[in-house]
Amino acid sequence: MKTVPVAFHPLARLLHWLMAVLILAMLFVGVSMISDLSPRHTWLLSLHKAIGLALLLLVLVRIVLRLTVPHPPLPADLPTVQRLAAGASHLLLYGLMLAMPLIGWGMLSAGGYPLPLHLPALLPHDLQLYAVLRQAHGWLAYVLFATVLVHLGAALVHGLVRRDGVLRSMSPAPLRNRQANDQD
Amino acid sequence: MSTPLHGRPRALRLAAIGLGLSALAAGFAYAAGWIGSERLTPKRIIDTFEAQAGHYPGYRKNHAKGLCVSGYFLSSNQAASLSRARVFSQQRVQVIGRFAIGGSNPYSADTSVPTRSLALQLSSDDGQVWRTGMNTPPVLAVNTPEAFYQQVLAMTPAPATGKPDPARVQAFFAAHPESAAFRQWAKDYKAPDSFANSSFNSINAFALVDDAGNRQYVRWSLLPQTPFAALQGQVDDRDYLQHDLQQRLRQGPLRWTLRLTLAQAADAVDDPSQPWPAERRSVDAGTLVIEQVDGPEQGACRDLNFDPLILPSGIEPSADPILAARSAAYAESFNRRSREAAQLGARP
Repeated sequence: MKTVPVAFHPLARLLHWLMAVLILAMLFVGVSMISDLSPRHTWLLSLHKAIGLALLLLVLVRIVLRLTVPHPPLPADLPTVQRLAAGASHLLLYGLMLAMPLIGWGMLSAGGYPLPLHLPALLPHDLQLYAVLRQAHGWLAYVLFATVLVHLGAALVHGLVRRDGVLRSMSPAPLRNRQANDQD
Repeated sequence: MSTPLHGRPRALRLAAIGLGLSALAAGFAYAAGWIGSERLTPKRIIDTFEAQAGHYPGYRKNHAKGLCVSGYFLSSNQAASLSRARVFSQQRVQVIGRFAIGGSNPYSADTSVPTRSLALQLSSDDGQVWRTGMNTPPVLAVNTPEAFYQQVLAMTPAPATGKPDPARVQAFFAAHPESAAFRQWAKDYKAPDSFANSSFNSINAFALVDDAGNRQYVRWSLLPQTPFAALQGQVDDRDYLQHDLQQRLRQGPLRWTLRLTLAQAADAVDDPSQPWPAERRSVDAGTLVIEQVDGPEQGACRDLNFDPLILPSGIEPSADPILAARSAAYAESFNRRSREAAQLGARP
């Protein structure tokens, strides 16, 4: 019989926590820089573009990993509604992680802005297209933040209330030497 | 694996989780400026422009009335030792630009507004872009975004006269002694009768960076090669400067010298209200040649944000807070008019 993993692959866990930190930083940087007009605005904007590009590369690796490496199943006793909610929220998170940097890149292209690192324009210079993408970038950031909150809340309920091993399957620390019946 | 919690411990942990998430959400709201003390934002500045001048969908929210032009920049190679930016060594650099008058009303009469501006985009052959927005005054009246905002408020047109209340303006200047150089300039200023013989100034300072990484702070000016002629008192044509520019360009190209003024160690590089001593060394970096003009608010310049912080490698911003605020406010104006274009089809 093939063994079912009890935890995510170490590389998947590393990517998860690295991206978790970067995405939260990105959301806070993004939302604060647009209402800021001090010199901080200038360097936050550069930081936002740099982290955005890093996140785009990371999410591509992560999608490949997710599709190729087996991951632990949800607990068998989890109600169907929660199972569906978990699936939908993960799909939404992956979708947004991929879409946000691409929209950012496309939006700068459509706005006629020069791109960092001589990246090619993704889209033609078009003011109306820019408007749509710029607004989508803002609204989807709020959706992403809300989804992150739900995701975090659910993870903590798994870890602290249900205590079903789901949170520990994404532990940032190495799990190899621990017993399967470790306490959460 | 431990058993799920029930009863009181479960309720306590759920409450703690709820509290943690709320704290994170509150932090986000604070970072966004939705809660906490009121602060000056790009949005508030642009709102104030629109409140004073009126709402003109699709137009730039300041320097709303202008014309797109195009031409090229002929580098003299004189500044190539100061900056590694390709524009200072490439022989001929493609230029898109925009002449405008100050203010947020795109229907103002050209000669009713003292401030004129020239925004440029220089695209060098290494793929880099330099955008700069220049104005007729060499200095600003203020040196912080907050004081700039107070100045805008002080200039609010009085309902009765349609002009700023002189007492309020005087009170503002009295409270801002840093405006002395600007007031002196305004007193001495004789408006030229054309964009072609107007000078335009970067106002803010920037650092030129050479191949070795040495930094030299500069301000730049475009000095007209067209001789000065004073604007005559009574002008009936509301689009006088636009018609004049079109007519002159039918005769032939117009030229300006790009002059870099080099700061010395003690000069105020982060304060746009302070002029530098007149004897500062300057370098003529090249000649701007404008050869073509488009119809009002049409052409390649229309859908560009002339953000003064779009700089090529070899030119860097100073720490001047006004420069950062200009960049932030231009972005807000650009976003707003792009939305108006998309939602209302509003185009100048």
